[in-house]
Amino acid sequence: MTGGRVISFREAITEALRQEMRRDARVILMGEDVAGGAGRQAQGLSEAWGGAFAEYKGLFTEFGDGRVLDTPISEMGYLGAAVGAAVTGLRPVAELMFVDFIGVCLDQLMNQAAFARYMSGGRVHVPLTLITHVGAGVGMAAQHSKMLYSFFAHIPGLKVVAPSSAYHAKGLLTAAIRDDDPVVFCAHKLLLGQSEHVPEEPYAFPIGQARVAREGRDVTLIGAALTTSVCLRAAQALEEDGIDAEVVDLLSLSPLDEETVLASVRRTGRAVVVDEGFPRCGLAVDVAALIGERAFDDLDGPVRTVTAPHAPVPFSRPLETAFMPSADQVRAAVLDLTAPNTGPSGRTGA
Amino acid sequence: MSGETRAAAGAPPSRDDVLRLYATMALIRAFDQRVATLVLKGAFSGVGHLCVGQEAVAAGVCAALRDDDYVTSTHRGHGHCLAKGVDPGEMMAELFGKATGTCHGKGGSMHIADFRRGMLGANGIVGAGLPIACGAALTAKLTDSGRVTVAFFGDGASNIGAFHESLNLAAVWKLPVVFVCENNRYGEATPVEYALSAEHVADRAASYRMPGLIADGQDVLDVYGKAREAVAHARSGAGPVLLECETYRYFGHFVGDPARYRSAEEVEWYRARDCIIRCAEYLRERHGVAVKQLDEIGAEAERRLDAAVAFAESGTAPGLAAILEDVYGEARA
Ligand SMILES: Cc1ncc(C[n+]2csc(CCOP(=O)(O)OP(=O)(O)O)c2C)c(N)n1
Ligand SMILES: [Mg+2]
Repeated sequence: MTGGRVISFREAITEALRQEMRRDARVILMGEDVAGGAGRQAQGLSEAWGGAFAEYKGLFTEFGDGRVLDTPISEMGYLGAAVGAAVTGLRPVAELMFVDFIGVCLDQLMNQAAFARYMSGGRVHVPLTLITHVGAGVGMAAQHSKMLYSFFAHIPGLKVVAPSSAYHAKGLLTAAIRDDDPVVFCAHKLLLGQSEHVPEEPYAFPIGQARVAREGRDVTLIGAALTTSVCLRAAQALEEDGIDAEVVDLLSLSPLDEETVLASVRRTGRAVVVDEGFPRCGLAVDVAALIGERAFDDLDGPVRTVTAPHAPVPFSRPLETAFMPSADQVRAAVLDLTAPNTGPSGRTGA
Repeated sequence: MSGETRAAAGAPPSRDDVLRLYATMALIRAFDQRVATLVLKGAFSGVGHLCVGQEAVAAGVCAALRDDDYVTSTHRGHGHCLAKGVDPGEMMAELFGKATGTCHGKGGSMHIADFRRGMLGANGIVGAGLPIACGAALTAKLTDSGRVTVAFFGDGASNIGAFHESLNLAAVWKLPVVFVCENNRYGEATPVEYALSAEHVADRAASYRMPGLIADGQDVLDVYGKAREAVAHARSGAGPVLLECETYRYFGHFVGDPARYRSAEEVEWYRARDCIIRCAEYLRERHGVAVKQLDEIGAEAERRLDAAVAFAESGTAPGLAAILEDVYGEARA
């Protein structure tokens, strides 16, 4: 664990923003209710929310309405404005409250922000950070619970990070704000309240760098965002089965730290990729394909994936719980993989 | 309800009409107040966007519709569903995530739909119901069904692209749709005077060359009267109408939102103009309805809610196999 105080993932986001906004006057924040109560300064009611997930508390008070901007419900408008501000000298951080809302503003990210550098022959860059909330587990059904990080990683020109803890949230958000390319920062809703030691001083954690969250010899479990903790729990359970699992926490989906993944799998000879996203054309199969192509000779068995099913996120609580990858599923996949003389029994969860 | 014939005749609402409006509002209020209690008790997950305070809009507008007319709704949609005749028991079961719910427990509060009642769905995406309403109106127009579609949406939603595209589309295609804005003065924590470039949402109708009406959303008779006009206009083939209802939500954006972006005086000001209290006064003064009768309507609403909760609690959650059902037309093996 790193030194520092214990703060939550949520507070780590606030701190990264506060420090970067102090460091660089070009950094601005915009989104729906990032202050909450805009225009009500006179009545002292202007920072009622500090974001729907309360990650921006105190920023409006410190930086004022010139740098912390509540927006109308106009995602296409303000995300596009952030792109425009980014190409003309500011370093905007825009918030998309739920990643699912990308449906109403995708063009500005996919066709504009992502390709501006390329299509201008490198004359333009887009230092834009999009903070968004991903994941199931909050009982809000299919239009508020998707991961979609694979969707962004699919687009050349976008960088995508999905931190698994407060320490990496702060480091990756800082890196995202300092980066000259558009970065989508995916915060899993169920991680926001989780706390750990986080250094007080500003630091950037490199985008495109995974980490080994736990060392082991027998199998590599690969996760991102919430599924990293699922992998860690599975690894712990597997101790009882006499299996020593390594856990790789991807942290960045794009660029992907291929070397850390491959080096681990070459050591262990087995891999299970765990992904809360939909299974088709997603993160899990992407990483599995990487391993299949580049580490085939080191594998002692097929690469397994544990993902969400190919279905929208259901509302009903028991269904939603079953929908999300669990440590039990991961453990079962590993046991299946390590059992002697059994053929592959297919994807788990799909 | 059969407001239609009287609407065409332009006759004032009868005593029975008003009593029905009152009963609808009482049911909606009982429902959402019960939901608040249940959410706070942790009976089910989800945030619970309540329409307490706004009942007159759903009640007044839906009373102006035929049973076979369509409605698209929002994240704050319980009132629209009830006013359109969706069964409170099935709705409550949906909130509980039970297989007996309107959507078999797979949608929850923000996705209640009941096509049997012309209720095309609440929606988790702000503004998403407006284009869908245009589509339903297109079906009505192309099949000559005579049906009208109402799209409910909030003041905040009038700032999203889908609103503007839908109004334009409905105008150029002359669709039988009534866009009903529930202006409750806030989109989450953001006050309308900050987010809206116009003074009234209804002002925007002029850009799309359709009539823009404003109703006192705390007065069910005003809503009902203007909705009848708007629906009659749309049904006649004359094209869409934008009807803005000025209203207010008593709860925060969701159950548990302390709503620190507004003052206590403001809330009191609106509560003093409560739609149910005003309707009760009207019924007593204008039609001599006894307080006892009004109390009985309230008590009946509570009994229906007791039954709804009992129905919801007695249901079972869908089996896990349901996760993969209805993703496509044919269930996967
Ligand atoms: C496209 C989209 N953006 C943002 C949200 C988050 N959100 C849910 S309700 C809401 C406020 C809506 O305000 P309004 O339209 O006035 O409706 P009200 O809640 O007041 O009934 C917001 C911003 C969303 N669900 N969809
Ligand atoms: Mg509103």
